[in-house]
Amino acid sequence: MKKPIISIKDLVAKYGDKTILENISVDIYPQEVTVILGSSGCGKTTLIKNILKLYQPFSGSVKIFDKEVTSMDEQEFDDILSKVGMLFQNGALLNSLSIFDNIAIPLEQHTKLSKSVIEKMIKVKLDLVNLGHAINMVPSELSGGMKKRAALARAIALDPDILFCDEPSAGLDPLTSASLDDLILKLKNLLNMTILIVTHELASIYRIADRIIFLDNGRLLFNGTLEEAKQTDIPEVKTFFEIGKF
Amino acid sequence: MEYREQTLFLDGELTKYTVPALNDEFLKYSGQIILTLDLQKVTKIDSAGIAFIDEMLTKLKLDPNNSLSMNEMVEIAYSTFTSAEIKPVKVENKLDFFTQIGSNSTKFLQSIKDGLFLIADIFYWSFVGIFNKKGQRKGSVIQQALFIGVDALGIIALLSMILGLILALQSAAQLRQFGANIFVADLMAVSMVTEMGPILTAIILAGRSGSSIASEIATMQVTEEIDALKMMAINPIRYVVVPKFHAITICIPLLVTASTLIGIFGGLIVAVTYLDLSATVFINRVFEILTLRDAIIGLGKSYFFAWVIVIIGSYYGFNVKGGAEGVGKVTTQAVVASIFWIIILDAINSLIFYFNV
Repeated sequence: MKKPIISIKDLVAKYGDKTILENISVDIYPQEVTVILGSSGCGKTTLIKNILKLYQPFSGSVKIFDKEVTSMDEQEFDDILSKVGMLFQNGALLNSLSIFDNIAIPLEQHTKLSKSVIEKMIKVKLDLVNLGHAINMVPSELSGGMKKRAALARAIALDPDILFCDEPSAGLDPLTSASLDDLILKLKNLLNMTILIVTHELASIYRIADRIIFLDNGRLLFNGTLEEAKQTDIPEVKTFFEIGKF
Repeated sequence: MEYREQTLFLDGELTKYTVPALNDEFLKYSGQIILTLDLQKVTKIDSAGIAFIDEMLTKLKLDPNNSLSMNEMVEIAYSTFTSAEIKPVKVENKLDFFTQIGSNSTKFLQSIKDGLFLIADIFYWSFVGIFNKKGQRKGSVIQQALFIGVDALGIIALLSMILGLILALQSAAQLRQFGANIFVADLMAVSMVTEMGPILTAIILAGRSGSSIASEIATMQVTEEIDALKMMAINPIRYVVVPKFHAITICIPLLVTASTLIGIFGGLIVAVTYLDLSATVFINRVFEILTLRDAIIGLGKSYFFAWVIVIIGSYYGFNVKGGAEGVGKVTTQAVVASIFWIIILDAINSLIFYFNV
C-alpha cells in the first residue's frame, strides 16, 4: 500500500467555541485526485485551511510529506508551502498586480530561475488555462471564471507536488469546467501531482475523482474510492450521488 | 550536460531546482556549434525544464521540430508545456500626445458632469428625504449622527483646546510687549468663531467621516452591494448617502460651536494664568467684540464644508475602480480632495465677506 502524502489524525477545528471539524482522521495518497464532498457549511474549506495552517487546528495532527506541520516553525513550513499550490474559492488574485505579475510571485520568490525562463513558464501556464490573451490585464478586468482560471495558473506555477482546489468549477461554463478537469488530470499524470479538490459538480467528480471524502456537520462520514462511494449505503452519500447536487 | 559532435546531451532531472545550475553550464557552450539537444537520458522534467529547453532553442536559433531528440516522457511533457507555439499577445498601441490630451479632457469633462449630477441627486433626495422617509433605513440618520457627531466630539474638543492654548500663548507673547494683553480676547474670539472652529472641525471630519464615507461606498460598489440595492429598486443615494448628509448637517453646527467655545476657553486659560487678566474681563471682551455676522458666517460656511465632505466622499466611492486596492486609493483621494475644497471654499468665503471690510 502507498504511503500517504498527507496524513490527518483526530483533527479538531473550532471557530471560537463552535466546533467545525470533529476528530477527522484521513489519509491522502500521492498521485491521486481526492474529492472532498459534503453540504454547504459542513467544514470542507475549513479542513483544507487547517491542513495548510491558514487556520491553526484546535487539536490533532497533520502530517505533510511525513512531517508534522501543526508544531512546525514558519521557515520550515514555508519549504512545505513551496511544494504546494492552492486555488482559492474566489481566486484571491492580488488586485494591484497584473495577471503576469500574480503568477510571477511564487516563481520569483521560490526559485532562482532566470527572468526569461519565468516568462516562458507564465505564458505556458496561462495558455494551459486558455488565458494567454489576459497576460497584461489586471484582475478587475476579468470575469469571475477568468479570475478562477488565472488563479489556477498561479497555483500550478511551481508545478507543485500537491494542489488544493476549493471549488474550481463553480461559476464556470460546462466546457471550461470540462477542460479544467482535463488539465487537472494532465497535471496529475504528467507531474505526478496529488490533488485535493472541494467540489459539488457531480460531472466533474465522475471525470476526475480517485477517492472521495464525505463530510457531514464536521464529521467524516465516508472515505473511500469513487466506486465504493457510488455503491455505499450511507444515506447522505447515496442521496448526493442520486440527486447530484446538494 | 555534455557536448559531443554538435549535440548537447542533457541527462538526469530537468526541474525548477536544477535549471538555474544547468543554465550557467549552458552558457559555457555558447561558443560551440550546437545543432541538436539530446534529452533521451532525462529522467524527470517539469514546466521549468521545458521553459529552459525553449530558452536554449531560442538562443541557438534552432527549430524544435528537427533539433530535439526526446524520450517518450519528455515528449509528452514538451507537448504540454512548450511555449514555442503560443502566439504573442497583441499589445495595444499607445495613444499619441494629442489623442492623450483629447482623451484626458473628455474624461475630465465627464467627471465634472458626473460630479454635478451627483450633487444634484444628493441635494434632491436629501430634500425629499426630509418629508418622505421611504427608501431609507429606519434609524440610519441617528446611527450616522452618533458616528459623525458624538464619536468625533472627543477628538475635536481635545484638538480645539490645544489649538486655543497655542494661539493664545503665541499671540500673548507679542501682545505683552505692547501692554495690549486684553486684545488676546479679541483675537481668540474672532479667529475661533470665524476661522479656526469651522476649519478645524471640517478637517477632522474630512479625515474621519470623509474617509469612512468613501471607503464604505467604494466597498459596497466593488462587492456589488450598490447593484443589489438598484435591483431591489432602492436608490443607493437615498439609502446610503442621504442619512449621512442629514446627519452631518445636524452635527456640524453643534461640533463647530463646541470647537469654538472650547478653543476660546483654551485662550481664557492662557489669559488668566499668563497675562494676569481676570476671567470676567476676558469674557466681557469676547462678547463685546463678537458680532452676530461673524457667528453666522462661521456656522454658515461650516455647512458647505460638511456637504463637501459627503459629496466628495460619495463621488469617489461611487467611482471606484478595481478591488481592495481601488478602495484604498479612492479613500485617500477623497480625504485629500475634501481638504482641498474645504480650503478653497474658505478662501472664497473670506473674499466674499471680508475683502471690503
